[in-house]
Amino acid sequence: MPARSKNGETVSVREATHDGTLGRLLHFVVDGRAGIITLIVICIVLTAVGNVASGLYLSEMINNVITPATTEYVFDGTNLVLRGLDGALLNKLIEYTCIVGAIFVVAVSASICYTQLVAINAQKIMKGIRADLFNKMESLPIKFFDTNSHGDIMSYYTNDVDAMYQFLGQSLVQFISIGCMLLFCVCLMLWFSIWLFLIACVGIVVEIFVSMYLTRLNRKYYAAQQKATAHMEGFVEEMMTGLKVVKVFTHEERAVQDFDKKNEELYYHGKKAATIGNIMMPIMNNIGNLMYVIIASIAIIFLIFEVPNVCLQDIAIAWNGGSLQPISLGGVVGFLTYTRQLYTNYGNLSNQLSQSARALAGARRILNVLDLQPETDNGQITLVNANFDENGNIYECEEKTDIWAWKEPHEDGTYTYTQLKGDIVLDNVDFGYNEDKIVLHNIDIYAHPGQKIAFVGATGAGKTTITNLINRFYDIQDGKVRYDGHSINEIKKSDLRRSLAMVLQDTNLFTGTVRENIRYGRLDATDEEVEEAAKIANAYDFITRLPQGFDTMLTKDGGNLSQGQRQLLSIARAACADAPVIILDEATSSIDTRTEQIVQKGIDQLMAGRTVFVIAHRLSTVQNADAIMVLDHGRIIERGNHQQLIEKKGTYYQLYTGAFELE
Amino acid sequence: MAKNKKEKQEGEKKKQGIFMTLAHSVREYKTVTILSPILMIFEVACECLIPMFVGDLVDQIQYGLPTISQIEAGTGALNHIIINICCLVGLAVISLLCGLFGGRTAAAAAAGYAKNLRHDIYEKIQSFSFENIDRFETSSLVTRLTTDINYVLMAFSAIIRMCFRAPFMMIFAAVMAFLVNPILAWVFIAAIPILGIALYFIIVHSYRLYKQVFARYDNLNESVEENLSGIRVVKTYVSEDYEKEKFAKSNNDLSSHFTEADRIVAWTTPSMTFLMDVVYIIIAILGSYAIVHTSLGSVGAMGELTVGGLSELMTYGMQILSSLMMLSSIMAMIAMSGASCKRVYEVLTEEPTLTNPENPVYEITDGSIDFDHVAFKYAKEAEKYALWGVDLHIPSGSTVGIIGTTGSSKTTLVNLISRLYDTTEGTVKVGGRDVKEYDLETLRNDVSVVLQQNVLFSGTINDNMRWGKEDATQEEIIDACKLACADEFITSFPDGYDTYIEQGGTNVSGGQRQRLCIARALLKSPKVLILDDSTSAVDTKTDAKIRASFKEYIPSVTKIIITQRVASVEDADMVIVMDNGTINAVGSPQELLETNQIYQEIYNMQHNIGGNK
Repeated sequence: MPARSKNGETVSVREATHDGTLGRLLHFVVDGRAGIITLIVICIVLTAVGNVASGLYLSEMINNVITPATTEYVFDGTNLVLRGLDGALLNKLIEYTCIVGAIFVVAVSASICYTQLVAINAQKIMKGIRADLFNKMESLPIKFFDTNSHGDIMSYYTNDVDAMYQFLGQSLVQFISIGCMLLFCVCLMLWFSIWLFLIACVGIVVEIFVSMYLTRLNRKYYAAQQKATAHMEGFVEEMMTGLKVVKVFTHEERAVQDFDKKNEELYYHGKKAATIGNIMMPIMNNIGNLMYVIIASIAIIFLIFEVPNVCLQDIAIAWNGGSLQPISLGGVVGFLTYTRQLYTNYGNLSNQLSQSARALAGARRILNVLDLQPETDNGQITLVNANFDENGNIYECEEKTDIWAWKEPHEDGTYTYTQLKGDIVLDNVDFGYNEDKIVLHNIDIYAHPGQKIAFVGATGAGKTTITNLINRFYDIQDGKVRYDGHSINEIKKSDLRRSLAMVLQDTNLFTGTVRENIRYGRLDATDEEVEEAAKIANAYDFITRLPQGFDTMLTKDGGNLSQGQRQLLSIARAACADAPVIILDEATSSIDTRTEQIVQKGIDQLMAGRTVFVIAHRLSTVQNADAIMVLDHGRIIERGNHQQLIEKKGTYYQLYTGAFELE
Repeated sequence: MAKNKKEKQEGEKKKQGIFMTLAHSVREYKTVTILSPILMIFEVACECLIPMFVGDLVDQIQYGLPTISQIEAGTGALNHIIINICCLVGLAVISLLCGLFGGRTAAAAAAGYAKNLRHDIYEKIQSFSFENIDRFETSSLVTRLTTDINYVLMAFSAIIRMCFRAPFMMIFAAVMAFLVNPILAWVFIAAIPILGIALYFIIVHSYRLYKQVFARYDNLNESVEENLSGIRVVKTYVSEDYEKEKFAKSNNDLSSHFTEADRIVAWTTPSMTFLMDVVYIIIAILGSYAIVHTSLGSVGAMGELTVGGLSELMTYGMQILSSLMMLSSIMAMIAMSGASCKRVYEVLTEEPTLTNPENPVYEITDGSIDFDHVAFKYAKEAEKYALWGVDLHIPSGSTVGIIGTTGSSKTTLVNLISRLYDTTEGTVKVGGRDVKEYDLETLRNDVSVVLQQNVLFSGTINDNMRWGKEDATQEEIIDACKLACADEFITSFPDGYDTYIEQGGTNVSGGQRQRLCIARALLKSPKVLILDDSTSAVDTKTDAKIRASFKEYIPSVTKIIITQRVASVEDADMVIVMDNGTINAVGSPQELLETNQIYQEIYNMQHNIGGNK
């Protein structure tokens, strides 16, 4: 899958180590499964041992079996003849084979073991990360969703999680494995010859510099390509959305010309990025090949001139009282084998490093989300089922009574109860989405239980913002919001919201049955209650006419229903919540007049007996409101009922007579 | 059986068709496209020759290093080694050059092909009629132009590089192995099918599982998206925990399927390692036997072999098996891109359902419109006509209102006038001629439509206006905007006509957007102007003002206004009442108010709600 982050950002391993991303990522990996991770690492090391052993096996065979058999002469009684595979050598061959066979068995078992463990655990970790991400997301304040584009948030779940999965499932294992191989190779090279190793080091330094240079170029070009791609995709999206307009204006040719400009730009950057990607491996490989030839030549010179060798092997021999020897034939062959392996592995390492840059960028973005502060909630007051005793005093009870009370705890451990009525007061409220930019000024609103309060005003006047404050989607900067006499900051958020139902412009239905969607308003509603809610919302008729009635599956925000039907369901959902206060944001999209009447009837039935805040987009619906608030630039400029406001001949009157545009 | 075979053949044919269609976009990048695999083959050849020279070098070290005295004697004892080393350096350099050039040409080919393919699809889409567009849907077109193309390109790059690298590597390495020792090489040949079968099972099995995984992944992402757009609902009904539970369930489900698939794929590395190890031991033992016998001068059952030859064999074995692995992963990747190739192919081969007539008419005499026994359905196979039995004459320069409930085919009716769709039966005439006889551009310039779902493009207001007339002067633009009552708010913006409109026109209000769209359509100086519910967000007063200025300044233009508001048609010359796909009544507003039930109903509803009765 072409996993691609939105802005093509990459983070190098060095940067990731520096800012702690790598450490935290590893913490995710190790946390709670240190034992398994240790086992995985051991298994990877054992597998690497198996890889090295095969090379060692071959060189030992050549040195201790083949060479003696083909170069040593024995007296067969009449002539000196080549030794051949005699009994002793055959035994050695069998011995070596058995040893390497045993190592192979262990290595393959270890390989099976770690690949399976990695598969299982990588998925477990990814599951954990996805769950953490989602749980975190659900706990974040509305502000997060209002200030981040949905596309960006989605890319955490798709691109970034995918990139991290690649990193955990492949790159990390490769790092350990390649690290082991490199270490083994270095040790074995030193074992054969320290001189030659020093020469090989020159090659490694060259490789490091070349690969660093190429990686830097790669990152630069990749970022440029991603930018061009984003540019192009944005353009494509816009032009496809406006395709019919293009046709109507016969603008096809111009549209293609504009497209070609962006296409050419993408071609230019894409070519550069692809070139670097393509030539990386040939360059690294052939530097390896050339270094191999150079080392082989030098080794040959060493052999011919019998240069005294310094190597760990000799040191070991010298330790035991031997003397320094020139490098042996077998030593050179062995050394060259490991030189090859060293270069190959280094090439793989740099490849993995450049791949992990994307994963680390993804990891950093995900970690940033996980670091965000969840919605705070210091409310103590909770909502409980209640009933009245014979003296008319309210008391808490277990069973469902349809009477609710606010339960306020006191420091001495006692509680006071006040009945939930739906009395809402906004007292001199100021609010701004940012501290320094106040968008609502001195808002005073009194809504008594059962009253209907309407907000009227142009887009951006602050209608929606006010409703966002009542359910504490946003917290006010100054002033007080009281609910049945309690400051809403003292009420537990979940209980506050449970006492407020909402019908929004966007219906936002969820994948599931019609029944589940209505029950969404109150998860413990019975089937009868759900159907009752549907009847209140005037939705019962159309639901029963659906192929599977209440069990009809809805997909993609109720895509199989009409706009009006979706609105009816969203009203039914609010009816099901059966809250004393309702916030209603009228739908703006034009549904035809007949459907509108059905919807309006549903809304009217829903509103009966409840405190309602209406964000009105059509003046026709606000005339029977108890109070109409006319908003302008975050201030209430007029208030009163329809009759009063018409008589006042102010802004409302002008709006009403069509002199002003509402939206 | 025979039918099956035929189907299979047809499937093959279609695959070929897809391939040929997609290959068509290579064009000017043909040279680099062909050059890349050739250079790749050379690179692979070098990679396969290098081990041979390395083996020879090892042999020379093992068997024939001269002593210092031999070298001093100047017999050229070192020549052999020096030649060998030079060959190695030469091969490495050639391989490097091939790699560099091949990398460049492949990049140029891939990027160039990408450019051409994108261009081809985009251009094709631009030639689509409304019917074609409806069939594909906007979101699907976007996906095809972005995600799907990327998959096709991935497959293209793989084909010009890896699809040549892997098989040639395998063949060259096998040939080299046979050259070294024809008997031992058979061990590799025997190993190929074993690994091949193992890989086959792993891929087939996991491919099936991954399909399920991807479906679940999509579901999971969809539910995240639902939560994103519905977060206010979630928070209002305090269902965070419910959503978390729901997510956890699908997350678990996804994870368990994913794990199952991954665990199968995880067998790839160990099975490869295992097979390689077995091959290694067999070659080592048999090779030792062969070397010893060779040195004894008696070619044994295993043939001739040297120490260097042994290490060559090992390298070739590794190359053969790893290229098999590579091949299998490429196959899996290409299989994955198959669906995308098909979707791109569908766009490329879609026939535009509307084309220009052969000898088009470039002149429209006036703005009169006639519908003659017109019937229309959106798809040939549809049973129900969206529009039927329409006979209508609209005189040039008249103002016509169209009213009716949603789904009564008001839009369908007007879309036939500018030939956005072709009639199924009957003819539509503009200026006395069948619309099918006109040049499409001429027709659409003279019949200007303001669509219901209208769009402004990112750019300044002037840029947007010039869509209507490319070389419009500032005066012309201002005039049009004044006519559409847009000038008043444009001039209130700090940047005036140079105000930048965001994508989708999100930084102006709905009513402003509609007025800008009307102004844009006016700039075409059309003979017929169609407003499809284009003033719904404009306040009634401005709406009336726009209609009044139409009457005053463009009296000769035929104006057709679709609306939900009775007020918007009250001063029209004639009103068409649409109901259920056909014309219910035509007449002046007064007549209809007296005679037509639908019109009365709508009138009463709006006047009751709007008034104080």
